[in-house]
Amino acid sequence: MTPDTLLTLAVATLLLPLCGFVLMIFFGKRLPRQGDWLSTSVIAVSLGMAVVILAAKIGSYGGETLTLNFTWVDLHNVPLIGPLPIILGVAVDNLTAVMLVVVTLISTLVHLFSIGYMHGDIRYSRYFAYLGFFSFSMLMIVLANNLFLLYVGWELVGISSYLLIGHWYEKKSASNAAIKAFLVNRVGDFGFFLGIAMLFMTFHTFGLREIFEGIGAGRLPFESNWWLTAAGVLLFCGAVGKSAQFPLHVWLPDAMEGPTPVSALIHAATMVAAGVYLVARIFPLMTADALLVVAYIGAITAFISATIAITQNDIKKVLAYSTISQLGYMIMGLGVGAYSAGFFHLVTHAMFKAGLFLGSGSIIHAMHNALHHENDHATDAQDLRNMGGLRKAMPVTFWTFVVYTLAICGVPLTSGFLSKDEILAGTLAFGGMSGHVIIPVIGFLVAGLTAFYMFRVVILAFLGDHKDAARFSHLRESPMVMTIPLVVLAILSVFVFYSFNPFDASDSWIVRAVGRPDSVVPPSMAAPSTEAFEEAAHGLHGTAMLLSLSVAGIGVLFAFVTYYWRKINADAVASALGPAYRFLLNKWYFDEIYQAVIVNGTLALSRILRWFDGNIVDGLVNGTGWVTRGISSVSGMFDTYVVDGIVNLTGYLSGVGGLALRKFQTGRVQSYVIFAVLSVMVFYFVFRLI
Amino acid sequence: MGSLGTVWSEFLGWLPHVQLAHFLIVSAIMFSFGLYGVATRRNAILVLMGIELILNAANINLIAFARYGGVNLDGQVAAMFVIALAAAEAAVALAIVLNIYHRFQTVNIDEVSSLKE
Repeated sequence: MTPDTLLTLAVATLLLPLCGFVLMIFFGKRLPRQGDWLSTSVIAVSLGMAVVILAAKIGSYGGETLTLNFTWVDLHNVPLIGPLPIILGVAVDNLTAVMLVVVTLISTLVHLFSIGYMHGDIRYSRYFAYLGFFSFSMLMIVLANNLFLLYVGWELVGISSYLLIGHWYEKKSASNAAIKAFLVNRVGDFGFFLGIAMLFMTFHTFGLREIFEGIGAGRLPFESNWWLTAAGVLLFCGAVGKSAQFPLHVWLPDAMEGPTPVSALIHAATMVAAGVYLVARIFPLMTADALLVVAYIGAITAFISATIAITQNDIKKVLAYSTISQLGYMIMGLGVGAYSAGFFHLVTHAMFKAGLFLGSGSIIHAMHNALHHENDHATDAQDLRNMGGLRKAMPVTFWTFVVYTLAICGVPLTSGFLSKDEILAGTLAFGGMSGHVIIPVIGFLVAGLTAFYMFRVVILAFLGDHKDAARFSHLRESPMVMTIPLVVLAILSVFVFYSFNPFDASDSWIVRAVGRPDSVVPPSMAAPSTEAFEEAAHGLHGTAMLLSLSVAGIGVLFAFVTYYWRKINADAVASALGPAYRFLLNKWYFDEIYQAVIVNGTLALSRILRWFDGNIVDGLVNGTGWVTRGISSVSGMFDTYVVDGIVNLTGYLSGVGGLALRKFQTGRVQSYVIFAVLSVMVFYFVFRLI
Repeated sequence: MGSLGTVWSEFLGWLPHVQLAHFLIVSAIMFSFGLYGVATRRNAILVLMGIELILNAANINLIAFARYGGVNLDGQVAAMFVIALAAAEAAVALAIVLNIYHRFQTVNIDEVSSLKE
């Protein structure tokens, strides 16, 4: 396949979902079955093309990057800069090709699942239209070879996320969650925008490769290493917002108000991974300091959200915090320099976390139907405490859910084991080289916590017996259209698709295809080189594997002891640890702190501004009005007495003159003749005198 | 009779000595009579006659200036125009007077003062 064909295919993959969106938004309601088949087949075709692209790219081009550029607008001569063509384009490298498949695959499965899950929804066709729009935006992020298109896609996924979270906008909580997601993302995007602006000011281009070449040639923003770090951190701000990293992670749990398949697609597998993808894209320009920030943000996020996940009772909330935690893992992996591992984890996580969400969707669907059957609208279909024993009613959901859980816990023979082990080995190597030992410690701690809360979910939802026998009799396995995606994702959570050796990811095809790019920052600022890092990590794989397996095992054991055998009473532990438990249950009080500081601060600022507006600005306006009125009344008086006076005087004088002169108008022609003669005589004498 | 003959012959002898001033004096007298008539008569016909006097006083002036002022025949030509105009004017004016008479049953111009209104 020639590069041109491959790039054309890539652009077609990008534009197909857009066409689907346009058709669906205008004609969706009129199509048979409201057009679900159209959206699904469009994205399936995209998936087919993405697979072809991946095979062709890795098969024939190795590590090459294929680029397609076009001049979007040519600003011919900009003062102080000179000719400034804005060149945009798409590029396909291995990272892109893998992401294309991941995005289209998850999107296709979610489309399929949604046909069952969203059956009978009031805005069924619009839902599918937005899914298509999201796929288009996400593919744009993936394909962009410049920060401009990347940012456009970035904002478009933001808006589609907003639209889909607020799909059931009649629910106040859903519309609030949509607004919250959008606004919190705004904060991160602001930093991202500043970063782009800074790089554009320096290099006069949005192209990533051109920027890297510029930095490699020794040009730095504002001629300073410090500003290069700042640029990296600012770009990373975008990732913090989109990937729900501390301190902007608060929107993701609320985003669970959206339909569950949306949570699977956007808020677990793809959009939130865009932040990780962004960090991977800009990796070459990250200085060691910037990467340290990235690593710490990732580690802190992973830890905080894992601790919160333990205490949540809403199944989707647990999964949401688990997602944040795993995203923190990926970010941490990239930060410590385990580039391939971080990206590898993105891919494997996309599969099993999408599966977990779709599985939970399947559970909620079944619970909801059962509750509906009983006319019970008070019981929460998403609360883990209302579940239990679902294993017998929903075997497919159960077994696939177990596979995903094993994968996320990092149990051998699963995909999650491969990628997680790579990241943990990377953190160990990083800790050893840089002395930041807290990062590997958090990494392993979180691995244990993850195993604990995930098995807690499995035990509470599926094992044991259902409390309510009547309700249990109405619980049914979901239809085929929903179970097939679950099975596909479960199969894709097995090691064999990623690496033939179940215990070593280093010769996995993804890790080999997506090698860590060379850093372009000045050597004094750069992180340890790829070779040094891999040297350090290589010897640590065994250690990492043993440690992670043992902490995961401990986590699983604790989960079974507490929730299955009930040797430990969870409620007793919770009340014994009262303040700590409440601290976690309330999500570290982040929402409350933000409410108190930022929301109320904004409101207070608004009140101050309103006071300023009401008293100072209005005062100025009113004062101006008052002065103008004063001037007007003076001018009015002038008008009344002076101008009108002159006019009236003229009239009066004319009147008086007329009265005097009318005496001469006798109507007798003879007297007129006399006047004429007398006048001639008068004029004669007058002119003679002159 | 002899005296009359004497006067006549004296007059004939004086004639060549008639100067411009004499014409002007005659003309002024005629003009004054005319003006007096125009200003004092009540009868519109008499007023018109006064106007004729004024016009003819002017004619005398014109011809006198033509004869003594060295302006060739221009004066006579102007006088011819004035005579023609006077004829036309008399015709129009008499028609007006007739109309006035029709309307007011009088030609006393003191009573015809509706021009005032």
